[in-house]
Amino acid sequence: MPRTPRLHIPHPPARPGDKPDFSYVEISPAGAVPRPDVMTRLRDIERSLAFEMVRVLDENDAAVGPWDPHLDAHDLQVGLQHMVLTRLFDERMQRKQRQGKISFYMKSLGEEAVSVAGAMALDPGDMLFPSYRNQGLQIARGRNPVDMMCQLLSNSKDMCKGRQMPVMYHWARGNIFSISGNVATQFPQAVGWAMAAAIKGEDNIAAAWIGEGSSAEADFHYAMTFASVYLAPVVLNIVNNQWAISTFQGFAGGERRPFSARGPGYGIPGIRVDGNDFLAVVAVTRWASERARRRVGPTLIEHVTHRADAHSTSDDPSRYRSKDEALAWPLGDPVERMKAHMIREGAWSEKQHVELVETLSRLVDDAWEDAISYGTMTEGPWLDKNELFEDVFKDIPPHLIRQREQLREMED
Amino acid sequence: MARMNMIQALNSAMDVMLGRDPNVVLLGQDIGFFGGVFRATDGLQRTYGEHRVIDAPIAEGGIVGSAIGMGVNGLRPVVEIQFADYIYPGCDQIISELARLRYRTAGDFFAPLTIRTPCGGGIRGGQTHSQSPEGVFTHVCGLKVIMPSNPYDAKGLLISAIEDDDPVIFFEPKRIYNGPFDGDPDKPAVPWTAHDKGEVPEDYYTLPIGRAEVVVEGAEVTVLCYGTMVHVCKAAARLAEVDAEIIDIRTMVPLDVETLRTSVEKTGRCLIAHEATRFSGFGAELVATVQEECFYSLEGPIERVTGWDTPYPHAFEWEYFPGQKRVAAGLERVMEAG
Repeated sequence: MPRTPRLHIPHPPARPGDKPDFSYVEISPAGAVPRPDVMTRLRDIERSLAFEMVRVLDENDAAVGPWDPHLDAHDLQVGLQHMVLTRLFDERMQRKQRQGKISFYMKSLGEEAVSVAGAMALDPGDMLFPSYRNQGLQIARGRNPVDMMCQLLSNSKDMCKGRQMPVMYHWARGNIFSISGNVATQFPQAVGWAMAAAIKGEDNIAAAWIGEGSSAEADFHYAMTFASVYLAPVVLNIVNNQWAISTFQGFAGGERRPFSARGPGYGIPGIRVDGNDFLAVVAVTRWASERARRRVGPTLIEHVTHRADAHSTSDDPSRYRSKDEALAWPLGDPVERMKAHMIREGAWSEKQHVELVETLSRLVDDAWEDAISYGTMTEGPWLDKNELFEDVFKDIPPHLIRQREQLREMED
Repeated sequence: MARMNMIQALNSAMDVMLGRDPNVVLLGQDIGFFGGVFRATDGLQRTYGEHRVIDAPIAEGGIVGSAIGMGVNGLRPVVEIQFADYIYPGCDQIISELARLRYRTAGDFFAPLTIRTPCGGGIRGGQTHSQSPEGVFTHVCGLKVIMPSNPYDAKGLLISAIEDDDPVIFFEPKRIYNGPFDGDPDKPAVPWTAHDKGEVPEDYYTLPIGRAEVVVEGAEVTVLCYGTMVHVCKAAARLAEVDAEIIDIRTMVPLDVETLRTSVEKTGRCLIAHEATRFSGFGAELVATVQEECFYSLEGPIERVTGWDTPYPHAFEWEYFPGQKRVAAGLERVMEAG
């Protein structure tokens, strides 16, 4: 008997050769979603926040509505600068990978506002638990690009001592946790960090980011459950960039409900935000952090954005999606929108922008020259091979001392 | 000094550490108000409060994951996984995260967790309440792995584990919680009160992680074992009338190679016993270590006595359990060889 399969297999609206179709993305008008007080009961706000979309920038580039964070010109300029630097850094590092100077890279093109606005809306003492596409968090916290490049090069100044593949940064002094290749593991860890802060009676909060794809991992459920049970002071972010390598967001369960709507199921407010609207991301992150700081509880934020380039340097998106997607994305480009808004407000000009791009390009190029002076993939100075055996444990146990000797004997 | 069974000794260790270090917190299912299904945390929430002894949702991955975050934020969590059989949902957080956090961050971040978990069979637990998965974790670099065999060691090693900045998986053989079971289920239970290691100081003390102990000195054969099997092997040596040197491994990682080598060089023969399944079990690592270290001292092949390579059954528990007779037969084979 021939089989007649009935199982539903999700399909993205467009594959290579098709016209991009983002009609499934439901978009609220800018300024349309009410901004509730953070003390409001979940049941009174869950529908508007989780199913609508918080947006501040309207089609005329004006900031409108109750979520407008009213940033001054300086903050706008700093935000734009961080986003532009993130983009330039990505572009240069992608090129270095293509030239064989680094082994791997992951850009955040089109998603810069999510990280930069998120970091700027939080306090410097808040602990950030990033995923692999949150380089904007590092940039916005003022990290020296040289340090990031040294990690990409696994050179003698690599903060990971050559133990992680490129982009898996960490920054203890900057309160940014280590990035894991095992996706979503940072979500319950961030909740635990926040629980510890609350146990100790401290005021700092935690924030974590995962992609919409990895929200399918059990770690997402663990994090939401623990955050809800203990009302942990944490901001949990899902970055819905529509794609997990080649599978669209429907494969993580996004076809029928927005990811933000998972929050209320756990008793946690979920906010759906225009992730390419810098001002809206600042506003919802402030709202969520205020909830955490005032001990009301955790918040889930879904950032609706679009991965404008490949997942990483290891995949070719033209094999699985329409090549004009980035142009067709209905929420535009975060840098262009921010720039247009600032020009409209008189806080920026085309000339200033050209100068900024020039200055930051030079900064990135100079940083690279500096970084490679600490070693490249082909030239020293090198990491000490003996350090391969360090940090497995706090002190090196006898069996690793012996293995280190065996490696040394091979070298001699 | 007080007379304690293993549960009381473990409870005392956590009591001492909760009292000494405000950053020590306990996290696990049923451990708080109720005091744990095996009573190991009995009374501790009453004494130290519900922010130090914390009941957790039934989610081992969430317990370990959140405890890692707590550890990164300066706490020293002691996690209880209710049965070792339940530890697997936590394995991504243990293996991919906890074990390698210090390494991947070149020492900038670490999480000093102790994960306590009752293991082993002989309690009619069937295949989901009887496992001994120590070999799963000894294979992971970055974890210390301990299994005590008596109350005195349990307390001293648990305090050392809690104070240790490295993650420790602390296996508690639950069949010997209340007494030193020698592998004969038909004999009346023996309490710890009659055992010299049932005498336990009430205050703080530590035992070094990474040291085995010669439990019985002997000249004819070295027996390497840990947990419940220490007591089984002692009885089996008497049954086989063999002058065995019985070594309690105590800490599998790091392994005390020196003590093993000294003993096997003296006796020239070696038997390894554990309750866990045989194939790729920790005993295989011990066999390899002994032959690497003492090949030219060996007078015959090394013998392994272990659980069978089947799940732990409910009905044929004592056919599965490597009891006195199986160990004694193994000893006879070792003595006849060569």
